Amino acid sequence: MRIRNLTLALAGAAAGLMGLAGTASAAEGIYIPNLVYKTGPYAPSGTPVAHGFADYLAMINLRDGGVNGVPIIYEECETGYKTDRGVECYDRVKGENGGAVVINPWSTGITYALIEKATVDKIPLFSIGYGRTSAADGRVFPYVFNFPSTYWNQATAIVRYIADQEGGFDKLKGKNLGFVYLDHPYGKEPIPTLDILAEKYGFTYDKYPVPPASMTEQKSIWLQIRRSKPAYVVMWGWGAMNSTAVSEAANVKYPMDKFIGNWWAAAEPDVIPAGDGAIGYKGATFNGVGTDFKIYKDINDLYGAGKGTWTKDQIGGVLYSRGVATAAYIVEAIKTAQLKFGNRVITGEEMQYGLENLKLDAAAIEKLGLTGLMPPVEITCANHEGQNPAIKIQQWNGKVWEIKTDWIPADTALVRPLIEQDAAQYAKENNITPRSCS
Amino acid sequence: MFYREAGIFKTSYAADQALFRIPLDRLFVIGVVVAAIVVVPLISNEYWLGSIMIPVLILSIAALGLNILTGYCGQVSLGTGAFMAAGAYMAYKIATNFTWMPIPLVIVLGGLCAASIGLAFGLPSLRIKGFYLAVTTLAAQFFLLWLFQKVPWFVNNSASGVPTAPPRSVFGELVTGAEATPEARYLFVLAFTVVLAVIAGNLVRGRIGRTWMAIRDMDIAAELIGIRPLHTKLSAFAISSFYCGVSGALWSFCYINTVESSAFDIFRSFMILFMVIVGGLGSVLGSFLGAFFIFLLPIALNNVVTTFGLPIATETISHIEFMAFGGLIVFFLIVEPHGLARLWQIAKEKLRLWPFPY
Repeated sequence: MRIRNLTLALAGAAAGLMGLAGTASAAEGIYIPNLVYKTGPYAPSGTPVAHGFADYLAMINLRDGGVNGVPIIYEECETGYKTDRGVECYDRVKGENGGAVVINPWSTGITYALIEKATVDKIPLFSIGYGRTSAADGRVFPYVFNFPSTYWNQATAIVRYIADQEGGFDKLKGKNLGFVYLDHPYGKEPIPTLDILAEKYGFTYDKYPVPPASMTEQKSIWLQIRRSKPAYVVMWGWGAMNSTAVSEAANVKYPMDKFIGNWWAAAEPDVIPAGDGAIGYKGATFNGVGTDFKIYKDINDLYGAGKGTWTKDQIGGVLYSRGVATAAYIVEAIKTAQLKFGNRVITGEEMQYGLENLKLDAAAIEKLGLTGLMPPVEITCANHEGQNPAIKIQQWNGKVWEIKTDWIPADTALVRPLIEQDAAQYAKENNITPRSCS
Repeated sequence: MFYREAGIFKTSYAADQALFRIPLDRLFVIGVVVAAIVVVPLISNEYWLGSIMIPVLILSIAALGLNILTGYCGQVSLGTGAFMAAGAYMAYKIATNFTWMPIPLVIVLGGLCAASIGLAFGLPSLRIKGFYLAVTTLAAQFFLLWLFQKVPWFVNNSASGVPTAPPRSVFGELVTGAEATPEARYLFVLAFTVVLAVIAGNLVRGRIGRTWMAIRDMDIAAELIGIRPLHTKLSAFAISSFYCGVSGALWSFCYINTVESSAFDIFRSFMILFMVIVGGLGSVLGSFLGAFFIFLLPIALNNVVTTFGLPIATETISHIEFMAFGGLIVFFLIVEPHGLARLWQIAKEKLRLWPFPY
């Protein structure tokens, strides 16, 4: 009895002490925390992104001793893709090591929860190709960046690709497309854009929502698709939904080269489970794939020095490359900020300047050894998604993803007014006066 | 020695029926509340207040609600998350459509909407018992979340379906939204928690609570002594859903700032059920202990590894966290199946005899 109570008391005391010990350690460097998810149902997608991101920063530290000589302090906080843990992680990391300069939430839900908090704390949020589309309007969202492209722009670019395949936008008239999507805020994002496109070009499309709770049961959806024979199927999927859809499409013998996933629905984990049936499946991407880029000389050196964060034979996939591209954008933004503020540790506010004045043309990317891996961007005060949002279409050949096209530009003339309209509504609801960018 | 009722004489019915009949008990609880109001905001940093205390208090309210239904009335429910979502979405709807309305009223109205939804989903409990009832409340969980995602009206036709909670203030001090200071949000949440806990404490020892417990212990016998199952079960459902609704609204308005359905998924329901089981079924105190235990333990486990600066990969930390968390729950349930509240009670009984136990 005594011993039992003693153990209990000790356990309780230990649990209490553990919580109390949460003090910040001070170190000199640019602090870049990363809200990752390497556990839970979305871990297959979250793990490669996190490793690509970490590897690039580690490589910068190893090769250059940091950004212009200022070392980077990198730290991860596990969110499990859960919004409340993401908010907790954000609060935990934002003040450590002199303050975070930029936050990558890696989840649309966490991004939404952090937009206001980060704006108040003056820490930029970088949601690369996810999160709130209308955050592209930098007048209303000064601290949120979602370049190089948004979901709405991606939808227009995919439709443009389909039109190119068919021989012009006029050929879309009367065509019927299928849209398979996760029935979730993320999956529903492009619907307003698709509605406008359908009206403009005279095509129709059927919606096939996949409920998140049963995303691996899609038999009935694909039987319907087999019956209605849409000319193309576009998919906005995530997690286990993607591989299921690819397998089911192969089962109903849908022509795989007419099946196009968005940039979160076209990575290795999505196609490998479907085996040979997945060959020909296409996907959008805004980053290159593979290990043939010049930068891999330095990343290989990193692994040679034993400082890589993953195993070497796993690097180079779609999502890993996306992590590399994200980190590269951040490092370049830090350099832009240092040009103005001096080669020192910068603050979140200064990082906001760096991101907002980031200008990477083809020559600059070539110098980084990243040509083909990431698109050029030019960010301005008003435009946080870049001037030339574009995608490439890649195709799975059974072994690797092959890039099939050059950059396909999005229809920004169509999307931009929608973005500004949504941002204006947000500003009105939250009593924000959009800042002037002129 | 420290704690005994010997020598405490009650000379009026009011004293005999007080919430805390032993002065030491009363002083202790008042002390805890005062400390929570004054000391905690003074000594805590933003992380502790904003990311630990606020969510714990909000989840305590939800645990209280579920404890009323499951612990006191014996009706198992897996729909807690859905009732929280109902409170959050309806409070959002009310707050944006009636912008003049004071925020405490908005939150209470959100809770009342959740209560009416809870009433509807409580109806099957008259015919269905035990596990079967759990399954029907599971239907509420899936149906309500589906509804809130499906109908854009609930989110004012926002394109993403994840609207931001509007900033509102009490006495000129912002209490919701990101610009509100953690202290203001904490005190706002704390006020709700204290009031709701006092109400719950009084409900469960009064007539209503006694009818709930009668139904829980043996519904046929309860019916025979004149307790109406319809009123009793439905009142438990309504009040429980009210608590859950208030907690959901607070979660969206004072913690994550967005009204997001995935915050109220089935895992949230399970989490709150675990809080109630680990904390102690049929105990107001247990709801708080359970909420603290279940919410803080994973974060504490995660933090301790980080604090010592051990070179362990993030995913390994998470896996250790899961294992230790599971292990500790099993440990506590084996050592004390009646929950943490029972441990507290045992400690009090020991203190009564200390230092001369027999």
